[in-house]
Amino acid sequence: MLVEKYANEVETILAKYPADQKRSAVMPLLYLAQREGGYVTRQDMEDIAQVLEITPTDVASIVGFYTLYYEEPGGKFRLQVCNDLPCALRGADEFLEKLCENLGIKVGQTTPDGTVTVEAVMCLAGCDKAPLFQVQSGDGLKYHENQTVESALGVIEELKTRGTQS
Amino acid sequence: MSEHILLRHRDIPDLNQLEVYRKHGGFEAFRKAVRSMKPGEVTDVVKASGLRGRGGAGFPTGMKWSFLPKDNPKPRYLCVNADESEPGTYKDRVIIERDPHRLIEAIVVSCHAIRSQTAYVYIRGEFHEGARTLEAALAEARAKGYVGKNILGTGIDVEIHVHRGAGSYECGEETALIESLEGKRGQPRIRPPFPAVVGLYGCPTIVNNVETLVCVPLILERGGEWFANYGTEKNGGPKLYSISGHVKRPGSYEAPMGKVTLRELIFGPGYAQGIREGHMLKAVVPGGSSTPVLTADEIDVRMDFDGVAKAGSMLGSAGAIVMDDSTCMVWMAKNLTAFYKHESCGKCSPCREGTGWMLRLLTRIEDGEAGEKDLDLLWKVTDSIAGKTVCPFGDAAVAPPQSTLKKFRDEFLYHVREKQCWRKVASTFAIATARAGSGVSA
Repeated sequence: MLVEKYANEVETILAKYPADQKRSAVMPLLYLAQREGGYVTRQDMEDIAQVLEITPTDVASIVGFYTLYYEEPGGKFRLQVCNDLPCALRGADEFLEKLCENLGIKVGQTTPDGTVTVEAVMCLAGCDKAPLFQVQSGDGLKYHENQTVESALGVIEELKTRGTQS
Repeated sequence: MSEHILLRHRDIPDLNQLEVYRKHGGFEAFRKAVRSMKPGEVTDVVKASGLRGRGGAGFPTGMKWSFLPKDNPKPRYLCVNADESEPGTYKDRVIIERDPHRLIEAIVVSCHAIRSQTAYVYIRGEFHEGARTLEAALAEARAKGYVGKNILGTGIDVEIHVHRGAGSYECGEETALIESLEGKRGQPRIRPPFPAVVGLYGCPTIVNNVETLVCVPLILERGGEWFANYGTEKNGGPKLYSISGHVKRPGSYEAPMGKVTLRELIFGPGYAQGIREGHMLKAVVPGGSSTPVLTADEIDVRMDFDGVAKAGSMLGSAGAIVMDDSTCMVWMAKNLTAFYKHESCGKCSPCREGTGWMLRLLTRIEDGEAGEKDLDLLWKVTDSIAGKTVCPFGDAAVAPPQSTLKKFRDEFLYHVREKQCWRKVASTFAIATARAGSGVSA
């Protein structure tokens, strides 16, 4: 169970909020739940609900609302390219298309070895350093700015070799 | 180029370390505030400075603070809005990542002013790096007694917590931010009551943007009068500008607010240095994606709240998105509308349904599958959203389609008459219309 496994961290998280406002801890607890598998399981939602004294449906509604929580497993690493207007003006659309072409997948798909899921996401607040993407995995979230298809493929190779980004 | 104040990390290496920060006057404003000023006096100085909120609305900060009820026995909260998510904007991120102790001092001083003992920094989930930097700075500040109980022996308690968002633009709206912080979906509340009266956990709450807050210690250091005079009338203080898009040198720039024009920011040698080679300026979204677009001949505007408003747009978050003549304005409106459709929180029907409707229409127009009547329909849809939602998101979402329809109607007409995007036939719209020769741009 999540709460037993990360007892200290759960306690630290809960201590940030007033004792009678435990529900506030739902977002950090969901991040904790995602740390290993990269997504939130039904069991995690039930565990979190129990700790916070809310219903699993309440927890699921949070998972569904916020884009950084996942209900389904994806690739080990989610490579997320921003292609909002400022990034698109600096070639993010072409970058995303060519990157996917090189990987032999479509946007939203995962490489056959299960390593990388490539997705398009909304603004990452790095407009001046486009094309850019973030890599999300259980062990963190990291920006890669001023990218080319070649440099991005290099990042992917390294992720594959190291198996971790932290 | 003017003095770096908000961007002084560019001149001072390792400013993210407490020792370095202290060597450069760090926490002097705090000492001054708690040793010689009552909370009300700090608020008075902030009022005198004329500081206006940097999150986009430009509301006077001192006035916002004074809305806190005097006789409410409940605890008070300060929520720091670090949910920077507006396309074209990356100013707060710079402060958080490079000058985190400045933000910490700003929070402590502001908490003293509003008599709050707890602050939450609501930082967007994508700023993992920023959150880590801030947590590290907080640990350092806490260990040295600058945050926590009895700060520097003054008897003042301020605890600061970092709360990561999880990918929702709407949470930058102050009541949605509060909802999210309470562990709910990030949807706005109907106001009144305003957060100053009923905010986080039903308690009096102030929500201020990062860039706004870091102006507070500056005001204490240099005086309210100095701040008010640094910039233009009613638009005092230093300001960060984010310039992105088709410019030679995109990035964050600083100037006394309004002492720089949009033209200077785009073409000035100390700023973005002009449009990329071989192209001409076509349009600028001056203050983040939700501000109406300006044409190439509307850029001689002072970049302050009132100057940009006079030109029919908004300073917003001061993130200027610059587009050259290769840009199709229908595509541009579609791209931004896709953002708003994705980010609509779903609370109000006009916005939830309307953003999808606008996106479908714009996609059809761009693909050459729409008729002229669809342009009127698009306008009608925008009109059915604007002013009809709980929060300003609805108004923000219609800014791109409405302003492009108004100012670049020729391009919309080209798409519906020629049944394709002009980018398929030419590198600029002028060439495309000359080739069409069918009176498209009539």
